[in-house]
Parts: sequence; C-alpha cells; structure tokens
Amino acid sequence: MSDAIIEIRNLCKSYRSDKGEVSALKEVSLSIAQHDIYGIIGLSGAGKSTLVRCMNLLEKPSSGQVIVNGNDLMTLSDRDLNLQRRRIGMIFQHFNLLMQRNVLDNVAFPLEIAGLRKKEARKKAYEYLQTVGLEEKAKAYPSQLSGGQKQRVAIARVLASSPEILLCDEATSALDPQTTKSILRLLKDINERYGITIVVITHEMAVVQEICSHVAVLDHGKLVESAATEELFRAPKTAEAKRLVFSGSEHILDMTSDRVVRIQFHGGSAYEPILGNIVLETKTPINILYADTQTVNGAAEGEMLIQLPEDEEKARRIVAYFEEKGLNPREVKDHVKSAGNPDDH
Amino acid sequence: MLSQQEILMIIEGLRDTLIIVGFSTFFGYLLGLPLGIVLAVTDKEGIRPSPAVYKVLDLVTNVLRSFPFIILLVVLIPVTRAIVGKSYGTAATIVPLVVAAAPFIGRLVESSLKEVDKGVIEAAQSLGASKATIIFKVLLPEARTSLLVGVTIAFGTILGYSAMAGAVGGGGLGSIAIRYGYNRFQPQILWPSVILLILLVQLFQVLGMHLSKKLDRR
Ligand SMILES: Nc1ncnc2c1ncn2[C@@H]1O[C@H](COP(=O)(O)OP(=O)(O)O)[C@@H](O)[C@H]1O
Ligand SMILES: [Mg+2]
Repeated sequence: MSDAIIEIRNLCKSYRSDKGEVSALKEVSLSIAQHDIYGIIGLSGAGKSTLVRCMNLLEKPSSGQVIVNGNDLMTLSDRDLNLQRRRIGMIFQHFNLLMQRNVLDNVAFPLEIAGLRKKEARKKAYEYLQTVGLEEKAKAYPSQLSGGQKQRVAIARVLASSPEILLCDEATSALDPQTTKSILRLLKDINERYGITIVVITHEMAVVQEICSHVAVLDHGKLVESAATEELFRAPKTAEAKRLVFSGSEHILDMTSDRVVRIQFHGGSAYEPILGNIVLETKTPINILYADTQTVNGAAEGEMLIQLPEDEEKARRIVAYFEEKGLNPREVKDHVKSAGNPDDH
Repeated sequence: MLSQQEILMIIEGLRDTLIIVGFSTFFGYLLGLPLGIVLAVTDKEGIRPSPAVYKVLDLVTNVLRSFPFIILLVVLIPVTRAIVGKSYGTAATIVPLVVAAAPFIGRLVESSLKEVDKGVIEAAQSLGASKATIIFKVLLPEARTSLLVGVTIAFGTILGYSAMAGAVGGGGLGSIAIRYGYNRFQPQILWPSVILLILLVQLFQVLGMHLSKKLDRR
C-alpha cells in the first residue's frame, strides 16, 4: 500500500524474564493508511501496548520492521529517531504529565525540545491549550485537574509537536463514559482538522465503534483479523474476534435457563421502534437481557439478547417478527457455541 | 556561667561549623550530583543503561561509603595536605568530609531520580527529547522535592561527620565539644556546643522539609 504511513512487517517481540521468554508479538504485519483512525483491540495481555510502543520504538522489537513515514525506524541513529519521534505523538492511559510543571509549561515542553525560547514556547502553547478548550487552566498544575482535563493537556502537549501520527494507548481507559466520549470527539476532531493519523489501542469495544474506521484484532501476540470497523462488528470471522465483539453476554447467560434469542442489528434498522412495536403487537412485555447496540459511523450495529415469554405461541410470534425485520434471531442455548456460529442459517 | 571569651569561642565554633558543613555540602553535591545522575541513567532501568559503567561506579560508591569516617580522615591526611597545604583546621576538615559525603550524596540523588514516574520519562521520549533534555528538564525538576529532602539529610549527616573531624584537629563546634567537654571536662562548654549542633540539624531539617513541601506541585 503506497499511502501507508505506518507499515509493520513481521514484527516479533519477546521479553526475557525469570520464568523464561515471553513472546508478546508474533510475526505481526499491518499497514495503516494516512489520515485513518486505526483501532487495535484485544484482551488484556494480548500485546496491544507492546505493538503500539514498537511504533515509536519505546519498545525495541526483537525482529521485523517498523516503517513510519517511509523511514525504517530501527536503522535510525538516536538523533534521527528523536527527530522522527516528534512526528509521532503518543498519549497514555495515565496521562504522564510533568507534575512539577504547570499546564502551560507542560504544553510548552515539546516546543522547548524543538528549540524555541521559553517565552515563544509559552505563547504557542497557549494556542494549543485553546484548541483543547483548557486555556483557563494554563496556570494550574496537573494535580489540580480531573482525568479528562489531564488527557486534554496531554493532547495539547502532543499537538504542540505538530505530529502526523498520534498513538493512543488506552487513552480513555481511566476515564468515565461521559469523559471518554468527549475525548473521543476531540480525537476525531483532531483527525479531521489536522489530518493526523490516529492509532487507538483499547480493550473497550465501544471506543473502537465510536471513532475507528479500521480495526485489527490481536490475540496472544498474533494479529488474527483486520477489517473495516463496521464489517468486523457485523461479521467477525475468527473466533477471537467474535469473542471480543460479543463479549459481555456470557455471565448474563449463566443466570438464565429460559429461552433466549439473540438478534443482530446490521446498520440502518433503528431498534427502538422495532422493540416498541413487538410489545404492542404481542401484548407481551419482553425482557432485554443484554444489549450492545451502538451507532457505528451513523448506522445501528450490535446485538441484543431477548428473553422469550413462557407462552409458546407468543414466543413464536416474537421470533417471527424479528425474522421479518431481518434481525436474524437465533436461539441461544450455549453462548460459546452461538458466538462461534452467528451466520449459519 | 560562661565568660565572654567562652561565648565568643562558641560563636566562632558555630561559624566554623556552618562554613565547614556548607562548603562540604556544596562540594559534596558538585561531585555527588553528577555521580547520582550517572548511576540513575546507566542503571538497567535507566534511560541509557550501561552495566559496565554502573557496576564500576556502584562498587566505588559502596567502598567509599563503607569506609569508617574516622579512618578516612587519617588516610586522607596526605591528600588534604596536598590540596589545602595543612592537615588541620577549618579548610582541612572540608576535604575528607567531601570525600565521605560525595558517594553518600550520589546514592541520595540516584534514589531520588529513580522515583520519577517511568511514564513521564516515556512521554518525554515519545516527544523526541534527547537524553540531556530528559535529565535536565524531566528527571531533575520532577525529582526536586525528593532531592531537597536529600539535601537536608546530607546536611545533617555532614554535620555529624564534622563533629567527628573535631577529634583530629578540625574546626567547629564538634572540635570545641571534644576539646573542652571531653579532654578538659568542662560541661558548661560541652553542652551549649552540643545543643547548638542539635538545633542546627533540626533547623535545617524543618527548613528543608518546609521548602520541599512548598515546592511540591503534586
Ligand atoms: N516489560 C515487560 N517485561 C516482561 N513481559 C512483558 C513486558 N511488557 C509486556 N510484557 C508481556 O507481554 C505481553 C503483552 O503485554 P501488553 O503489550 O502490555 O498487552 P496489552 O497492552 O494488550 O494488555 C503480556 O504477556 C505481558 O506480560
Ligand atoms: Mg496495554
């Protein structure tokens, strides 16, 4: 791919510890297009952080290539690597701000690295603070800010080095859902406004659905699947991806032995009227056991688990109605089995 | 009561102690600060690991630190004479004190710098900061409260050593306490000197802690 801004080839990384070698990445290859928002998902310990930290060489790969902006990072001298790193920003789960510098001076830090005088750096830094809407906190210290504000400062700081790429390692994982949303909006805004390519590492599916256009699934150090976000969430191919996409329903299923159907929304179908209508039509209240329906790039996506009523006839009518609306109702007996065969009609 | 002459002598002792401890702390840091930085940086968890450099400095530091001070005083007499021209008096006391303090200060600095959050260092690295930038704009400023606490600890320790130096002809309150209190058994001179020494340590401790708290933005 010629317009790839990040190209990873056969990347391997193993850590040596007392208990022997841990292989964190196994022959990972991927390419990320310019201006994309690219998600990398996986369970905890899958190797997501290791992978993203290889993209700016915070972690040194054991073998393979990391090509960013056409430069093979591992062949660069320390000096050249530092120059490249200024074009690859990174934000972190725990923000990593300089605690003894105020907000303004935190944002001025990369400008000082770039060789600006302190006064000039501060002036520019103030502008970046305005971009993230935190100019009134310029004189505050990080310890006086909320998590969301800290992440905004971190984003302003990273913007101050005018990067072409922004790596986000669990950047919203320490934030509440509301704040997560606002940070994601800011990231999307940055992506559109400055054309910065963003790589998002997360274990939260909602984050990926919210902003990523492409997503890769990492499992035990292997890249098992990658696709457009909408596609991956609609029709995950591998068992690992299915497990991630359909996560959360397991423990709920353990609690019920009644008949349950899973319905899926494939974009376009608004779920609220459908559920409302079914209640009106069958005169039976339905029980939603689990819902993971989100708007992915403007289209309703996701799944719900609906508990069917005891009454056979009503249950049949409900299933028929879902069938009619194209929601692909499948009776769920055993979660693992169902998650493994979502498409077998 | 103390005669005017004795009071004057104690005040002079106090002045000498302050000079000795002040200069020793200063020169101690002149050597110990770079030592501590190099130790922290070349450690295997540091920003530029170098097992060879670390091992050598680690060994030298440990050997010097485990050298009993009173022996060090004697061993260093030729060195002291070479540097200040004589082996007794105020200036001569500073030499062995610096030699004893520098490795101690190096360790204090090393441990302060190692307390700096790894994540903050990584953030600086991801922004393309050079190693020098990380040392001077991240490690030292972020560790400043801990470093200041270190200064008060170093000051107190050097003060204690300086009293010992009195035993071999150094100047200051310690030497007065030993000469008059111990050799001539004059408790009316011994106790004011000792109390002044204790007060001095306390004063600097309180001052140092206060300053480090005030400077801490965490
Ligand atoms: N510095 C390290 N030393 C040893 N093992 C590590 C280190 N960093 C990560 N690992 C191991 O590598 C694997 C992947 O870790 P990580 O990339 O942090 O996963 P994720 O970010 O997906 O949770 C894990 O098994 C982890 O224990
Ligand atoms: Mg991680």
